[in-house]
Amino acid sequence: MLWETFLLAGREIRRNVMRSSLTMLGIVIGVAAVITMVTLGSGATEQVTSDISKLGSNLLQVRPGRDMHRPGGARDAGTPFELADSQAISREISGLKAVAPTAGTSIQVIAGNENVSTTVTGTTSEFLIARDWVLSAGRAFTASEVKSGKSVCILGSTVKKTLFDNQNPVGEMIRLQKIPFRIIGVLEEKGQTGFGMDQDDFVIIPLRAFQRRIAGNTEISTIFVSAKDGADTAKIQRDIERLMRDRRRILPGREDDFRVRDMKEIISTLTSTTKVLTALLGAVAGVSLLVGGIGIMNIMLVSVTERTREIGTRLAIGALERDVLTQFLVESVVLSSLGGVIGIILGLSAAYGLAGFLGVPFILNIGIVVIAFLFSGAVGIIFGYFPARKAAQLDPIEALRHE
Amino acid sequence: MEKTNTLKTPVIEMKGVVKEYGKGQSAMKALRGIDLSIDSGDFVAVMGPSGSGKSTCMNILGCLDTPTSGEYLFEGVDVGKLSRDQRALIRRYYLGFIFQGFNLLNRTSALENVELPLIYRGIPVRERHLRAKDALKSVGLEGWEKHTPGELSGGQQQRVAIARAIVTQPSILLADEPTGNLDSARSREIMDLLTQFNRERGITILMVTHDPHMAGFASSTVQFLDGMIETEEKKGNHH
Ligand SMILES: Nc1ncnc2c1ncn2[C@@H]1O[C@H](COP(=O)(O)OP(=O)(O)O)[C@@H](O)[C@H]1O
Ligand SMILES: [Mg+2]
Repeated sequence: MLWETFLLAGREIRRNVMRSSLTMLGIVIGVAAVITMVTLGSGATEQVTSDISKLGSNLLQVRPGRDMHRPGGARDAGTPFELADSQAISREISGLKAVAPTAGTSIQVIAGNENVSTTVTGTTSEFLIARDWVLSAGRAFTASEVKSGKSVCILGSTVKKTLFDNQNPVGEMIRLQKIPFRIIGVLEEKGQTGFGMDQDDFVIIPLRAFQRRIAGNTEISTIFVSAKDGADTAKIQRDIERLMRDRRRILPGREDDFRVRDMKEIISTLTSTTKVLTALLGAVAGVSLLVGGIGIMNIMLVSVTERTREIGTRLAIGALERDVLTQFLVESVVLSSLGGVIGIILGLSAAYGLAGFLGVPFILNIGIVVIAFLFSGAVGIIFGYFPARKAAQLDPIEALRHE
Repeated sequence: MEKTNTLKTPVIEMKGVVKEYGKGQSAMKALRGIDLSIDSGDFVAVMGPSGSGKSTCMNILGCLDTPTSGEYLFEGVDVGKLSRDQRALIRRYYLGFIFQGFNLLNRTSALENVELPLIYRGIPVRERHLRAKDALKSVGLEGWEKHTPGELSGGQQQRVAIARAIVTQPSILLADEPTGNLDSARSREIMDLLTQFNRERGITILMVTHDPHMAGFASSTVQFLDGMIETEEKKGNHH
């Protein structure tokens, strides 16, 4: 019987193809929009997340200052670290692979006639280990070069390309703020992040060289700490925090004036942004489904009026109220879920096309597909109920007389 | 239910049925106390001037409506005390309807139209097809199964409607001016069919008509006037 009802509904819908399609349009558009956005959104999130985890999942950054939990979100710079802080971390905290103090600034680099502005970072040889960066040519700093602050440098691949094209620059001289440095190595290209940030646009020199010749002070801005594989980064984070509070003499109960951040934290910030976006999409979807639902209710009311005689005949022949109710309810549910299915197909196709165009991965989110389908079906039930009840409660005599 | 028309027991009994439309000042009595008893196998013609209450009475007899007062007993059951759905079930299992305006479903084949009441009886597809085909054959429409009402003449449409009414083998067939929209030749065909179903299958028939000639096919005639039964005459035999 229910199957009959489905067939009947299908036939009714096919009978008025034009009207049925226009009725479904609201739901189709709403569902398609949501499916497109959510699919692209999960693709983008996935990409950003993988970008960030490429930065190193067991990498911690220790920076002075604190985030102001206030509107505006400004940052209080705080007292910089010193080399001794970095040394204390590597000495007193266990489970670490590498600890690299860094200080940096933006700078003008000159090689022959070429000149380019980039950032220079003063650090130790452990930096490359901490960041998991690999050399494509040349070598890393030796311990003595780091210790004495020798004027040697390693180039990021962007800087190398700009200044030297395809030539091997190892052994060549460049000048950083007029001070000559010898190139001893070039790093492998890492490409852009999902944010469009160039990860290869920098020069690395020994920390001591940076402090003496460029910065003129001994400040350390960020200490990169990488944990051994399988180490408990949360514990290491707490240990570093305790150590730094100690060294910076922060009284119990006072806030830290530094931050230890791991990449997971950055990811979760992003994820929460995605959640806000999803909620917003949900609202858009809600409105479009509401509009679609009203469209369906309208057309079902028209249909009930048009088919009053048919309803009268069915009632006379022995249809129960329930039978007529089901008939019209099934019709509106079939209509709305058909709209949902078309919307899902359109949305996925659009997302697939756009993903290729925007260069984000296409990730099929089955959850949202199922939810979209169920919602479109639910719209049919909710907005089809009133017209269906109206049909079911018709007086058979009057319905039969209707013209 | 299996029927034979040898046993004549009243299937339908009306006792002082009154039907009032409207309330208070504007109330109007369409039926003013109808007493009527119809036996199984009867073929009753209901006649009377327009507005005399024939359709109102037929609607009550067909369990589509209930009396304002008085009793209507269908096989001994007081229909006035039944719910809307219970009355629908009486219609589903015991009654067949033929309307003046045919009331076939548009753009639906003759076969599907005839199958409709079987669907509500929950009869499986195969049996439904067979019975509907059979019914169409019995009204002389073999080969017209696929045609929609739009492709059929008025007489053919009414024959499809008759097939739809008798496909369930109802005990009673109610027809309110079944030939009202047809010319005399078509009307005769319809009357022949009704007479045939009444005689061969023992289906009790109640038919409203204006035409004394049509009424001539019936075994008895009930004459309405102003919401009352004026005369009730039984014929010994008919042609
Ligand atoms: N639904 C209704 N509401 C009000 N008055 C009605 C209704 N149906 C019928 N009537 C009135 O009841 C009377 C009997 O009508 P009806 O039974 O249709 O007569 P007939 O079928 O004999 O022509 C008429 O006066 C008609 O106007
Ligand atoms: Mg009438």
